[in-house]
Amino acid sequence: MKHRTFFWFFLPTALAMLVFIAAPIVSVVTQSFFLPHEAVLIETENCGPFGCNTSITIDQEATAELWEEAPLGRFAGFDIYLDRGHLATAEIGQAWTTSESWSEFWSIVFNLPFYRALAFTLTYTFVCTPALIALGFAIAVAVNSLHRHLRGLMIFFSLLPMIVTPLVGSLILFWMIDARGVLGNFIQYLADDPDLSLKASTPLMWISLIVYGIWSSAPFAFVVFYAGLQTVPQDTLESSMIDGATRWQQIRYVTIPHLMPLVTFVALIQLMDNFRVFEPIIGFTAAAHATSLSWIIFNDLGGETRQLSAAATTSVLTILGVAILLSPVLIRTWRDFRGRPA
Amino acid sequence: MSSIAQRKPLGLRIGLNLFIVVWLIMAAFPFVWTVWGSFKVELDFFSIADWTNAIFGRNTEATYGTPFTGAGYFGAWVQEEFWRNAINTTIVCLFVVATSLTIGTLGAYALSRSGFKYVFWLLILALIFRAMPPITLVSGYLPVFFDWNVWGYLPTSIIVLVAINQPFTLWMLHSFFESIPKELDESAKVDGCTQFQAFRRVIIPVMWPGVITTGLFSFLLAYNDFAVTTMVLSESNRTMIPAINAFMGTTQTEGNVMFAVAAVVSATVPLFIMVLFFQRQIVSGLTAGAVKG
Amino acid sequence: MYMKSFALAGAAALMATTAFAGGHTADGCGIESGRISIVGNEFPAIQTVGGTAVSCGEAAGIEARSNLTADHQQINVDGMAGDPAEYTSAIIANSSIVALINEDVIRPLNDLVEAYGQGLQPNQLIRVGDDILAVAFMANAQHLVYRADVLDELGLEPPATYEAMLEAAEAIRAAGIMENPVGGAYAAGWNLAQEFNNMFLGYGGTHFVPGTAEPNVNSEAGINALNMMKALSEYMNPDFLTHDSNATSAEFRAGNVALMNMWGSRAAVLTDAEGTPQEVIDGFAIAGPMTVGGGTIPASTLWWDGWTVAKNISDEDAEATFKALVQGISPAILADDEVAKQAVWLIDGYEPTEAAVGVFAAAEMGTIPYPYLPFMGLMHTALGNELADFMAGRESAEQALADVEAAYTAAAREQGFLE
Repeated sequence: MKHRTFFWFFLPTALAMLVFIAAPIVSVVTQSFFLPHEAVLIETENCGPFGCNTSITIDQEATAELWEEAPLGRFAGFDIYLDRGHLATAEIGQAWTTSESWSEFWSIVFNLPFYRALAFTLTYTFVCTPALIALGFAIAVAVNSLHRHLRGLMIFFSLLPMIVTPLVGSLILFWMIDARGVLGNFIQYLADDPDLSLKASTPLMWISLIVYGIWSSAPFAFVVFYAGLQTVPQDTLESSMIDGATRWQQIRYVTIPHLMPLVTFVALIQLMDNFRVFEPIIGFTAAAHATSLSWIIFNDLGGETRQLSAAATTSVLTILGVAILLSPVLIRTWRDFRGRPA
Repeated sequence: MSSIAQRKPLGLRIGLNLFIVVWLIMAAFPFVWTVWGSFKVELDFFSIADWTNAIFGRNTEATYGTPFTGAGYFGAWVQEEFWRNAINTTIVCLFVVATSLTIGTLGAYALSRSGFKYVFWLLILALIFRAMPPITLVSGYLPVFFDWNVWGYLPTSIIVLVAINQPFTLWMLHSFFESIPKELDESAKVDGCTQFQAFRRVIIPVMWPGVITTGLFSFLLAYNDFAVTTMVLSESNRTMIPAINAFMGTTQTEGNVMFAVAAVVSATVPLFIMVLFFQRQIVSGLTAGAVKG
Repeated sequence: MYMKSFALAGAAALMATTAFAGGHTADGCGIESGRISIVGNEFPAIQTVGGTAVSCGEAAGIEARSNLTADHQQINVDGMAGDPAEYTSAIIANSSIVALINEDVIRPLNDLVEAYGQGLQPNQLIRVGDDILAVAFMANAQHLVYRADVLDELGLEPPATYEAMLEAAEAIRAAGIMENPVGGAYAAGWNLAQEFNNMFLGYGGTHFVPGTAEPNVNSEAGINALNMMKALSEYMNPDFLTHDSNATSAEFRAGNVALMNMWGSRAAVLTDAEGTPQEVIDGFAIAGPMTVGGGTIPASTLWWDGWTVAKNISDEDAEATFKALVQGISPAILADDEVAKQAVWLIDGYEPTEAAVGVFAAAEMGTIPYPYLPFMGLMHTALGNELADFMAGRESAEQALADVEAAYTAAAREQGFLE
C-alpha cells in the first residue's frame, strides 16, 4: 500500500487518538514535572452558622500574580517521581541504611503507598492473567463438546460475569461473601469455622479480589478461545489420533499451538487490564487491605483537594509499568512483523 | 461433530459435563440470585439478619403481604424515569459502535495492508495509548470541554468513547484483516478497482463476521462504561450506568439500592436477546479471523 | 427551644421573614435577565433548593438548569474555572468549599446580599475575612443513634461519653443481647478519617500547628483518639474496615447494632426503609454527640451545606442566580411538610423535627465545625489512607500517625502549602 493511501485510510482513527489520547498524555506528562505555586497564606476571621474563628486562607491576589508569571507552575523536575507518594527514593535509602534485617527493610518499603499498591497490583496481575486464561480455555473446550443447541445458552450465561456492571455486581457479590451472606455462610460451613470472615483479613481479601478478577474476566478469554476452537483443523486432529496420540496429547500438540496467537492476544489485553485493576477495590471497599496504582490515582483525584500533579505522575508510572510488562510480547510481535513484505 | 476425534469416552464426558455445570453455577448463580432478589425489599435482599430471607422474603411479606414486589422496578422505571437513561444509552451505544467500526475498519485495513516499519510502531503506540488509566484521561478533558461548551452532551461522550476504544478496536480488527489473504484485494486492484473500492466491495463482505464481533465488544464497552459517562454527561443526559450509581446514595444520604438492582436486571434483558441473536456471528466472526497477537 | 441554640451562633432576632413571604416562583422571583446553571450534590434537600431556583428562572423566561450529581466535586472547579463559567453556582458543604476558594472561582456576595438578601439571617452568611463567600441553608452533624429498648432492658442511660458507650457495649454483649453492639462507619478512606477527626477534636487535638500548615496529629490527642477507636472496634463487626455509612445503617436496621455515631441526615430516615423490623422502629432513638476523655467539646464536627456564585460570569447572571437561590432557600419552601423533613434547615421559621434533635444538640454543645482550611482536604486524604494499618493491627498508633504526617507533608509540599 502506498504511503498516500495509507495516510487517508488511517487519518480518522489517528485523529481521534491524537486528540483524545495523545494530547492528554502529553499534558499529563508535562503536569508530572510541574507543581502548583506555593500558596501565599494569610490569617482571616471566618464566620459561619456556628460562630467565628481565626483561620488561614489563601491570599488570592498574591497567588494569582505567581500564576501570571509562570502559568505552568513551579518546575519540579523528577521531584514528584521521587517523593514519598511515588518512588520514595529518600525513604528507601534511609530504610536501607537504618534497617538491620531484610524483613525490617521490606516492612518499611511496603508501608510506602506506592510499593504497597505495586505489591498488590503485580500479585493480582500475575495470578489473575494465567488463571483466567486457563479457566477460559477449559470452559471453551467444555462448551465446544456440548450439543449445538445448548451452546447458545451456555455462551450467554458464561458472558454474564462480564456484562453485569461491576458497580452493582461487586456490591451484590460483596454482600454474598459477607460472613452472614449466602456464600460467606457456605464458606464458613466448608471451612468449619463459624467466625471466618473474608473481609476482616488481608490475605482472604486478596484472595477474594483475585477470585473476582478471574471470574469476571474469564468470559472474555472464553469467547475468544471458543471461536478459535472452531478453526482447529479436523484432519490434523484425526491424523494425530491415528498416530496413537492420547486426548491430552491432541490438546497439547495440536489445539494449543493452533490457539497460541489467541493466547498472546488475550494475555496482552488482560495483562494491561489487570495491571490497571481498580473497580473491584472500590466495589469491595477493600482499600484497608489492598490498593492498586489506579486506585491511588482515583484517590488523588477524588479527595476534597484534587492532587493533579501526584495523579499525573502515578499515571505516567502506570504507563511505564504496562510498557515493561508487555515488552516480551511486543518483542515477539516485532519478530513476526519483520518477516513480512512491505 | 461426529468425527472420530470428537468421540469421547464416558468418563471424560461426565467430567466435562460436571465442569460445565460447576462453571454454569459460578457464572449464573449471582445473577439468578439477583433476579430473584430484585423482587424483594432491600432488607431481604441484603439481609444480614438471616440470609435465607433473601430466598423467602420474610420482610417483603411483612410489608406487602406477598413475598414478591415490583416496587424496585416501579421506582426505577416510573418514579425515577429510568427509561430516559435507557434511551440515552441506546443512542450512545448505537453511535459508538457505528463510528468506532467505520474508522476502525479503515485504519485496521490500512495497517494490515502496509508493510512499512511505521505500521509496527503505530500498533505499539496504540497499545501504549490504551495503557493510560481512563480516569486520568477524563480529568484532563474536563477543563477543555467546559471551555468549549461541549461538556454534558451525548455527542461528546460518544466521541470520547470511540477515541479511547480505538486501540482495542484497531488491534482486534487488524488481526482479522491479517487472516484474509492479500491476494483477494490485489486481484481486485488488478481488475481496475482503487484501494478503497477493493476494500469496500471485496474485503468488507468477507470481513462482516469479524466486524460484528468487534462491534459486540465495542458495544459492551460503551454499554458498561462508568468512568467516562459519569464525568462527561450532565444529569439530564445520563446513560444507564451513572443513573444506577445515582440510586446508590452517598456517605451522608440514603440511596435506594433496590432501584439500582431492578435497573441492573432490566438492563441485562436487551443483552440477553442480543447475545442469543449474535452468538452465531460471534463464533463465525472470530473463526474467520484467527486473532493474532 | 432548639432554635435558640442557633440563635447563639448568629441571630434569630432578625426575623425578616416578610421579604419573600408567599414564596411563589411563578412571578420569576424578580429576575429579569441572565442565566442560571447550578451544580451540586443530589440529596433531597439540594433537589428542593435547586429545583425551586430553576423554576424561578424558567418562570422568568431565562436559561435555567441544574446538574445535581454525587460527583459534583469532580466537576465543579473545572465547570466554574472557564470564562464565562459553565456553572453560575455550586452548592457545596464546608469541606468542599475549600477547593472553590483555593482555585478562586467564587465571587464575594457582599453587594448582592446587601441588595437582595434581606431575607437571609446573618448566621447563614459564610464569611472569609470581609468577604461573604457562601450562603448556608442546612446543617448536619454526626451524633448518637441508639436502641432505647435495649438500653432500657439493661437499665442503662444513653451514653453521653465514649467511655460510657464502651461500658454499655460491654453490658449488652455480656447480657448476650448482641454480639457486636457498636456500629461505626470505619471504612478505610474518607469515613475512617472522619471518625478520627471527631475523636481527635473531642480529645482537644488540633490538626495543624496554629497559624501554619504544619501537621500536628502525631500528638497525645492523636494517640488517645486512635486507642479509643481501637477499643470501640472491639465491639464492632469484625469487618468494620469495610463498613461505610450505608453498611453501618444496614446493621442498625437489621437489629445487630444498638449504639452508633451516625450522620443526622441519615438518622432522620433510618427506619423509613421498607421491611424494617418493628422492634428496631420502636426502639430507635437519637441523642446528641458524645464527648470523650473528660473533655467538654463533643467528639463530632458540625457541617453546613450552602451555595456559592461563580466569579467568571457577568453581573447580570450573578444577580439572577443569587435571586433564584435566595428564593430556593426562602421560608416558603418549608410550607411543604416533606421538605421540612428533608434536612435540619438553617432557614428562618424552621421548626425542628424529632429527628433534628441530635444535630441541634451538637450545635448547642459547642461542637467544632469541620475545619475548612486550604490544606484540610490533604490531611483528610492522608488520614484515610494511613490509619487503616493501625486499625487492622498491622502497626502502632505512633507509626500510623507518623505515616499520616509524612503522607500529608509530601502532599502539602506538592500543593505549595509547605516549604
